[in-house]
Order: sequence, then C-alpha cells, then structure tokens
Amino acid sequence: MSLASTSPARGKSGLMLSRLRRSLGNALDKLSHEPVGMLGFLVLSLLVIVAIFAPLIAPYSPSTQNLEQALLPPSWAHWAGTDEFGRDILSRLIYGTRITIQTVLAVSLIVGPIGMLIGIVAGFAGGRTDAILMRFTDIVLSFPSLILALAFAAAIGAGLQTAIIAISLTGWPPIARLARAETLIVRNTDYVAAARLYGASPLRLLFLYIAPMCIPSVVVRLTLNMAGIILTAAALGFLGLGAQPPAPEWGAMISSGRRFMLDNWWVAVMPGIAILLTSLAFNLVGDTLRDILDPRHARS
Amino acid sequence: MIEVSNLSVSFGSGERRKQVVKGVSFQVAKGETLGIVGESGCGKSTVLRSLAGLDRHWEGEIRLNGQPVERVRSREHLTLAQMVFQDPYGSIHPRHRIERVLAEPARAMKTGEGWDRVAPALEQVGLPAAFAERFPHELSGGQRQRVAIARALMLEPEVLLLDEPTSALDVSVQAEVLNLLADLREERGLTYVLVSHDLAVIAHMCDRVLVMKDGLFVDELDKSDLARGETHHAYSKQLFEASYL
Amino acid sequence: MPAPETVLTVRNLTVRFARSKIHAVDGVSFDLGTERLGIVGESGSGKSTLGRAIMRLLPSAAKVEADQLDFDGAPLLTRSEREMRSLRGNRMSLIMQDPRYSLNPVLTVGKQVAEAALLHQKIGKKEAYAKAAEMLARVRISDVERVMELYPHQISGGMGQRVMIAMMLLAKPRLVVADEPTSALDVSVRGDVLELLDELVRENNSGLMLISHDIRMVAAFCQRILVMYKGRVVETLTRLEDAQHPYTRGLIAAMPDPRKPVRRLQVLDRPAIDALEPRP
Repeated sequence: MSLASTSPARGKSGLMLSRLRRSLGNALDKLSHEPVGMLGFLVLSLLVIVAIFAPLIAPYSPSTQNLEQALLPPSWAHWAGTDEFGRDILSRLIYGTRITIQTVLAVSLIVGPIGMLIGIVAGFAGGRTDAILMRFTDIVLSFPSLILALAFAAAIGAGLQTAIIAISLTGWPPIARLARAETLIVRNTDYVAAARLYGASPLRLLFLYIAPMCIPSVVVRLTLNMAGIILTAAALGFLGLGAQPPAPEWGAMISSGRRFMLDNWWVAVMPGIAILLTSLAFNLVGDTLRDILDPRHARS
Repeated sequence: MIEVSNLSVSFGSGERRKQVVKGVSFQVAKGETLGIVGESGCGKSTVLRSLAGLDRHWEGEIRLNGQPVERVRSREHLTLAQMVFQDPYGSIHPRHRIERVLAEPARAMKTGEGWDRVAPALEQVGLPAAFAERFPHELSGGQRQRVAIARALMLEPEVLLLDEPTSALDVSVQAEVLNLLADLREERGLTYVLVSHDLAVIAHMCDRVLVMKDGLFVDELDKSDLARGETHHAYSKQLFEASYL
Repeated sequence: MPAPETVLTVRNLTVRFARSKIHAVDGVSFDLGTERLGIVGESGSGKSTLGRAIMRLLPSAAKVEADQLDFDGAPLLTRSEREMRSLRGNRMSLIMQDPRYSLNPVLTVGKQVAEAALLHQKIGKKEAYAKAAEMLARVRISDVERVMELYPHQISGGMGQRVMIAMMLLAKPRLVVADEPTSALDVSVRGDVLELLDELVRENNSGLMLISHDIRMVAAFCQRILVMYKGRVVETLTRLEDAQHPYTRGLIAAMPDPRKPVRRLQVLDRPAIDALEPRP
C-alpha cells in the first residue's frame, strides 16, 4: 500500500524516474534474449560514440592532403589505407559517421511526426478528409526520391541540407499509410468507444488514445527506414548531390574511389563496408524493436 | 428511468439496407434490471449501443431519466448511462496504467483531475489500490472487467448498460463479477440493462427478461416465469431447453 | 458387455514450456476406451494443452514427457513428425473452437472437405467430391450442392462447425479430440452439434475427448469426466452429484441456475483448494 501515500504527490520526479528505470530495465531484459538485436544496438552505440568523439578518435585529420602518401594500401600506419590525396581513409570514415548520423536523425525527425500526423488524422476523420489526404500521399509516393533530389539540387544547389530535404519530402508517405492503417484498427476498439462514452473530445482521442498505439510501429518503421536513408544519402553523395567535397561523406568517398577501384580497391571498399555495416545494424535494431516495443507481443 | 419507443436501427443504404432492430419499445424502471436475451445477430447489442449513444443510426425515441436524448449526446446526457463491454481485453487502453484508465472519465469531462478518486474506485470493485500502478496486461480477465466496471461508474451514472459482461470469463470469475454487479446495484440504486446469450446469467441477475429474435421482442418473462421455466413463445421455449442441456 | 478396448493410454504426462518452471500439464494419467470422456477446467488449467500434447501439436518450445503415451497400442512420443502427419486427420482428429479460424478462408467448403478425403484416402478427385458430398449430407447439411460452393465466411458458425466435423470424421478416426467445439456457437445449435458428434463417434466406434469449461454440458454429454486444476487431474467423476473435491463443487455452485435462484452466487474458495492441492 505504499502507493496510497505516493499517489497524491504524483507528478513528482521520483515516481517518474522509478517508472522510467523499471521500463528501461524491462527493455534491457528483453534485449538480452535477442543476441542479434543486441549486436545491432552495440554497433549503433559504437557509431554514435565515434561520431561524438571523432576528433579524439581519428588518428589523422580528415582533410589534410599529403600527396606523397597517396593511395597507400592498408597498413599499421593507415588501417584502411589512404586515398588519392593521401588522406587517411579511416579518419575520413570516422568523421563521416557525423554526416551519416546527422542525415538519419534529421530525416527521421522530419518524416516521423509529419507522416504520423497525416496518417492519424486521415484514419480518424475518415470520409472526405481521408480521401484527400490519402490521394495526396499517393501522389507523393509515386515520386522517385532520387529524381526529386536531383531536381531539388538543380534548383537550390547541392549540399547536405538539400539531400535531407529531398529524402524527407518523399519519406513520409509510407509512415502516413502505416499510421492510418493502425488508426483504422484502433478507432473501432472498445476502449475508444468507452472514451467516446465519457465524452473524450476528438483531439483527446487522437493524441491520448490513438497516437500512443501508432508510435511503436512508426518507430520500428522509421528505424528500418534509416537503412534506406543511409543508402539514399550515399547514392546522392555518389552522384555528387549530397555533402560536397572535401566533406567525408561515405557515398562521395565511394564515388571518388571508383576511379582507382581496379588497382587500389580499398579506396572504394572501405566506405562501402561502413555503409553496409551501418545499414545492417539499423535493420537488426528495427527488427528487434518490433519485438520489444509491444508489451502485448510475446515471441514463442 | 429508460423509456424507448419505436426504436429502429438500420445499417447500409439502398439495396443493401438492412434493418437490424425493427421498431421496439420498452421501459425500465429505476432500480430495475432488465435482461435482453437472444442469439448472435438478433439485434440485442445494437439496442444497447443505441441506448449508450454509440450507434447513431437509430430512429424513434429514447428517454433517459425523463429527458429525450439526441443521436449525438451532450455531455450531460452521456453521464446518465455508461456501458461495460464484453471483452475485458479490448475495452481498456493497453498503454494506459490503471490509474489513468480510471482518471480519464473525469479528465475528459473536465470535472477535475480524477487522480484522487482512483484508489476509492478500485476499492469499491474489490481491487487493491496498488493496482493503480499496473498496466492492463498485468491483470487477469476478471480483474480487468472489475476495472471496466469501476471506470463506467466514475461519472456516477444511474444506468449501467452491460453487454455480455461475463461471457469472456471463467465460471468462477463470472460468479465474482455477477456478485459485484449485484452489490453495486444495491449500494447505489443502479438501473441495469443486461444483454447476454446466456439465459442462466440473465435469469440470475434480472427482474424481467425480453427475448429478442430477428430485431423484435418475441417474449417477456418475469422472475417467477424464469424460476418455473415458463415461456409464452415457441422460440423462448427452444432457447430455454437448449440452455439446460 | 465386453470391456471397452483402449484407444489411448496416458501415464504421467507432463508438459513444460521453455523457460517456465511451471508445468502446464503435471503428471496426468488416464485411459480412453471407445467412450466419451470429458475434460473440464478453467482457463489455464492445462486442459487444451493436454489435448494438443496428445495430438503432438504443441510448439517445439514445449517439452512433453510421459511414462507411457500409447495410441492404439503403439507409443506416440517416439514417432517422427512425418508419421504423426499421416496419423493426424486420419486416425486421430482435432475439432477446434471457432470454425471461422480453422477453415481455410480462400477455399470453398466442398474443396476443403474433398481435399481432406484426397489427403488420407487413395481415391480419385471425382470420388473425393462424391465422398465429401456424402459426408456433408451425413452431418445434416441440407442443400449440399449449394453449400459446397460457398466460402467459409458465407456460412453460419453452426454450419461451419458441422463442416469441420464432416472433415475431421471423414476418415473415421479412432480418436477425436474436441476442444471447446460449441463455445463459439449459439445456444440453440450447441445441442445439435454435440448430438451429431456423438452419433458419428458411436458409429465409428472411436474414443472422444471433449475439452470444455462448461461442467454442466460435459456432465450431460460424457460418460466420464476428468476435472483439471493447475495442470493436474483432481477428480474423475461419472456423475456431478458425486463430486467431492472442493474445486469441482465450487465450479458447480458458481454457475447460476434459474431453477434454484440464489441471491449471491458462490465463489471459489481458492485458499482452501490450494491447501488441498499444494504445488511445489
């Protein structure tokens, strides 16, 4: 009965903190049963740490050229070799994580809320609102994101921001569709019917009842999307439309290494491995999140 | 307490229009418990949902506590009658803690914070106050149904509409929930409308039973009829016999 | 009358799910002859798990152990999954709760029943259809030709359960496990379905295990009842009136009976039962 004494003083940070700790502990417990997901989480945390402490970790400067040391194969001095300007590839990859994570986070933060809002409103309102919003979503969905990015880059100039905007513009429709599908299910449940009976307003229903049910699948979808975002960003970099040289963007690094591919494989392969590992890690984490985030979901 | 006259409900339009409830009338006195029994698809749940204000396709007249109510209910009219649903697993928000589930009615109605009324509400339905901290999936079916009953009572309605409240529960749990409903009725002078396919449950709880078939009431039985197993219609006789297999 | 031959022998059957220390089924023993045996208990008592363990239908995470589990005189637990597949639906059948979920939604009723005939009997397609029609007529479906063309969602629950029974009993199995076969059905068709099941089981001279939560229904229908509580059989009865165990008596008393109206229903005295049925 300890609750009886603490519950009037609710909102106290102590209670919130203990709850947070408990749910975090729960999540970790579940995670420990998913070795593959654990691996993905480890890779991602490593990536974030590397991005934050890039200047401390990187053995060389990512942009200082040293033509005498150009195109050296991997060695103890240069673990991943050097590129055509004699820059250490490992250092460039380490600094490149910053660009990658920045892109992924920016796109997800733009795409998630927008997609969810449009999907939930469409699913909840139904009728004409639904039809208009979903047709609009269909139109955007039919735009290939690379082409749109090309047009965008041509219009406002190439750069990291252009890449982020272009990817976001075409990234939200899948989220909207997912949120709408979830909303259609939740809208007809008994707990929403009960809430209508005690006079909950439409806004209350949307944000307190329906949105919390959509968030897990949206988060999972976003995480799985991150792999795609990395690939698209890399493709844009490869085409010269993403981050501009000398910024160590992974796609751009592959692009410039392409010319030396036959004689000096490491210039293109090293950033390729970085992209592969990162997108794989995001996919693993997304899969695992799906299992963990849903309290009703239990794997047999 | 409840007066329904000539209630009809139809779904669909044009060729595919289907009349589910075909002009039924009935009254329920204050403190009375009315049962509606029938098989799936007979329209009994639709009658209940129309009474609650969830179905808005009805025609006719519904009066609660003497006041005629509209298809779209005002907040004052909503507080007159609340509903308990069949499936205790689907009627409570899976991501709300029990304290939120119970505080929500007051918060949605803007009649106060509601948090301080959680503990007494739990106690009233025989659950420990510590359950406020839990999520619905940490409760058993019977405990959830108790929470659902507590939630329906938060707005202090005079009428409880019960849609098969125990058919998803084990017999022993069913007995506990039915006892709880009987106690609450006594304490608060509540009026019940209980819909079920199970004649035994209906007969145990109700003062009067309406037998429904294809959108119409075909028979009305009172307590003594039920005890003697007396019926006035071939269909209710058939139902009766099937129930005591 | 000769003693009924044994269809199934179960000795000390135990089922445990991975990671869980609790036994879902805990040392259950019984013999099933050509009779109707009822298994009664509340949700979580292990009654459905027991049925599935005998059919070897539990997921691989479940550990099934028994001193003896013989079907028709031969051990079941040592058989390969392949042998089990040819056994299931042929010599042993399972009828589940809701026909809406156990029938294939994209095949017509006729196709499904004929498929079942094809699968377990060496006959041609034409014959299989004829056999399916015959069987559907046998479960008292009128207008067989029309029903065979329908999809499962177009037929009622009662009819769906009859189709299910037709499919499952087509091969004249020795053992029929019916897991809550009537609880998804309307009251008025329950009797018909049970009667039909009884008739076919008698005709084929097979053993029936009827699993249900409804003790009164089981008592009316079965010759013998096993009452399960927390994975164990607490009592074996032939008549409800003989019930001794407080759990069984509690279950019976908890059911409302309009002929004997009471003001309050009796509830289970769980501490007393647990004192009688200690669990490690």
